[in-house]
Amino acid sequence: MTHRFETVDAVREGLRSVDYLADESIAGVAYLADRLAKPVLVEGPAGTGKTQLAKSVAEMSGSRLIRLQCYEGIDEAKALYEWNYKKQLLRIQVEKGDEDASWTEIKDDIFSDEFLLPRPLMEAITADDPVVLLIDEVDRVELETEALLLEILSDYQVSIPELGTIEAKQIPLVFLTSNNTRELSEALKRRCLFLHIDYPEMDREKEIVLTKVPDISEKLADQVARIVRSVRQLELKKHPSVSETLDWARTLVLLGIDHIDEKDAIDTVNILLKYRSDIDKAIKEFSSNSPAHFEETSA
Amino acid sequence: MTTLDAEPTPSDKPLFDLLEGFVTELRNAGLPVSLSENIDAAEAVRHVPLDDRNAFKYALAATLVKNNSHWRTFETLFEVYFSLRGKEYMLDGDEDGDPLGDLDLDEGQEGEGDGSGQGGGEGLTPEELAELLYQALLRGDDTLMRAIARQAVKRYAGMEPGRPVGGTYYLYRTLRNLDLDGILDRLMQQSREDAPDGLTPFEERLEQDEFEARIEKLRKEIEAEIRRRLVADRGAEAMAKTLRKPLPEDVDFMHASREEMTALRRAIYPLTRKLAVRLARKRRHKRKGPLDFRSTVRHSLSYGGVPAEPKFKHPRPAKPEIFVIADISGSVAAFARFTLHLVYAISNQFSRVRSFVFIDGLDEVTEFFEGVDDITEAIHRVNTEADVVWVDGHSDYGHALEVFWENYGKEVGPKTTVMILGDARNNYHASQSWIAKEIQHRARKLFWLNPEPRAYWNTGDSIVGDYGAYCDGTFEVRNLRQLERFVDNLV
Repeated sequence: MTHRFETVDAVREGLRSVDYLADESIAGVAYLADRLAKPVLVEGPAGTGKTQLAKSVAEMSGSRLIRLQCYEGIDEAKALYEWNYKKQLLRIQVEKGDEDASWTEIKDDIFSDEFLLPRPLMEAITADDPVVLLIDEVDRVELETEALLLEILSDYQVSIPELGTIEAKQIPLVFLTSNNTRELSEALKRRCLFLHIDYPEMDREKEIVLTKVPDISEKLADQVARIVRSVRQLELKKHPSVSETLDWARTLVLLGIDHIDEKDAIDTVNILLKYRSDIDKAIKEFSSNSPAHFEETSA
Repeated sequence: MTTLDAEPTPSDKPLFDLLEGFVTELRNAGLPVSLSENIDAAEAVRHVPLDDRNAFKYALAATLVKNNSHWRTFETLFEVYFSLRGKEYMLDGDEDGDPLGDLDLDEGQEGEGDGSGQGGGEGLTPEELAELLYQALLRGDDTLMRAIARQAVKRYAGMEPGRPVGGTYYLYRTLRNLDLDGILDRLMQQSREDAPDGLTPFEERLEQDEFEARIEKLRKEIEAEIRRRLVADRGAEAMAKTLRKPLPEDVDFMHASREEMTALRRAIYPLTRKLAVRLARKRRHKRKGPLDFRSTVRHSLSYGGVPAEPKFKHPRPAKPEIFVIADISGSVAAFARFTLHLVYAISNQFSRVRSFVFIDGLDEVTEFFEGVDDITEAIHRVNTEADVVWVDGHSDYGHALEVFWENYGKEVGPKTTVMILGDARNNYHASQSWIAKEIQHRARKLFWLNPEPRAYWNTGDSIVGDYGAYCDGTFEVRNLRQLERFVDNLV
């Protein structure tokens, strides 16, 4: 079997070339996913680039991205395959006048490839060209529905009662993302490599800002990254995500600010934080003179 | 796909043995590692260059650790297990001989570009070392910092081979001699002077965060260095045992260290979110209710009057009203905080939540939580503003219950579930357990949550048995896991 990637560094360089700055663990796991032919379960706070990782990997390896957006109530017909009832009916109608057509003949005929509507999972394994399969927000499906994914994740095949087992023509690279709103089942986790993407280190965040925000000065990017790091140290309901950092940086550039002072920060902090109480807390922290972190309190 | 595509060669054998030991250690620490994950790990490490320590680490992490809260445990164990194995992780297992001599050798081998400097560290006076540290922190010079960390441990920790003391003791000794607080002050002073027209509070805050981040890094270096030396002295297996720390969800509320508290606070937010989602789902997916006659008839019209499709009412499970009565005296404060946090985070599952806190007096604090979306802030207010001291500030459950019964007893009704939180260590005051009996009589349910291990109940001045006789349930709730289970059942 040929591999997509030569070395871990090649993965990292490749991702960089499509403007995705991967750290060591991200590149390492993507590389292993290819070598071991295993799906990757990507977990982490919202807005840290989980979905983007799959997109970028697809882009760098020149593969087609097939995406399955999960939601509560998703079922086989939406995720795997569905029989094209209308077409089947039509087929039966056509046969009606023909006395010779035997029952088995029609039955075999209407349950064939031609009448199968592939859904994303099916599409991914039957594709001839290399694909990257993204199963987004897998934690939204019910525990029972997870089982539907297991066969495809471990053996890259789909069993259809009427047709038999369809095996993958090539092994797709699979990414599952989860916001961790519930514990995924052991069975699913066991089949995957696990990757936790956290908020980036300050240096990496600065680089991300520099790459993604055109016309930003190095100094401003540095300051943005520093402030965001400080904000993330506060105890907030929702910490600023990378995408919010980028929004904020873009806003600052648009406003023509090249050095953030206290007033600018307070005026624009609502782009970074989305809850009233968080905003109040940040403003209080940054304008007061006592940078006391939330202290342990006991009576 | 999970089987090895080639037979392990003889040279792989030590690697597999080592991996086996590491996985056993992970399991001992409470991480659930399955057999197939173990096989995956063995397969994965064959694909990474073995001289790349980080790649090796991430390969193991991706295959063995499937829950982010277990990462710290993994990392610590990894450091212990593989810290001394240098470039040939798998072969270099013997640790006899002079450990310090070995270490110096290791320093040379590892050399991630830090070959400079540390050899000359011996001759420095303490003042020079402090000055050097100050400079390193000011410039953010990581290489120099690492060298200083090594030197400081060598000099101040006073480590003796075979001495049965934990790493924290050495850490404390090293840090005490370095006076990091003083250095932080100096650094801040310096940056204040460097700024042309002084620092605004905002800038000052940013500077401080920067320096604190650097100092934190130094601490980590020192910790790592101490660990390395301890491993050299005692061997990885023994060290792993002493370092075995409970996972966040298993940390005992009453004995949590400061660091563990922070981890707990971090862990509680995703936990409440998960719990809320799960409870909401449970509610939605509950069994169907009784037949909805009207709706069935209405829908039968589309089948020509045949009630082909019976319709059912949605069940409306009664939402209980919750009274939380919490002891917030020193010993059990943390427990009360986490419970209040959890109860309020899922308060939409209840028709109403009222909370009371006490030490020897009792005060209602419901209003602190109302209309506030920041529970942490509310709890902070509870701790600072509630009027809970009556005489001396030592827990008096009897009096607190008396006050509760007198002022709020009438409001307890058949829909109310009352939860009392505390260790029931009454300092030998009167128990007034008749109040518990009265409450049970009136309320739907009365539960007692005790953060002490069950074995300690009713020893010394603990009188949980007196109250327990009148409770519908007494529960040992020592950690997040038990708390989560209780709240889950409560709804």
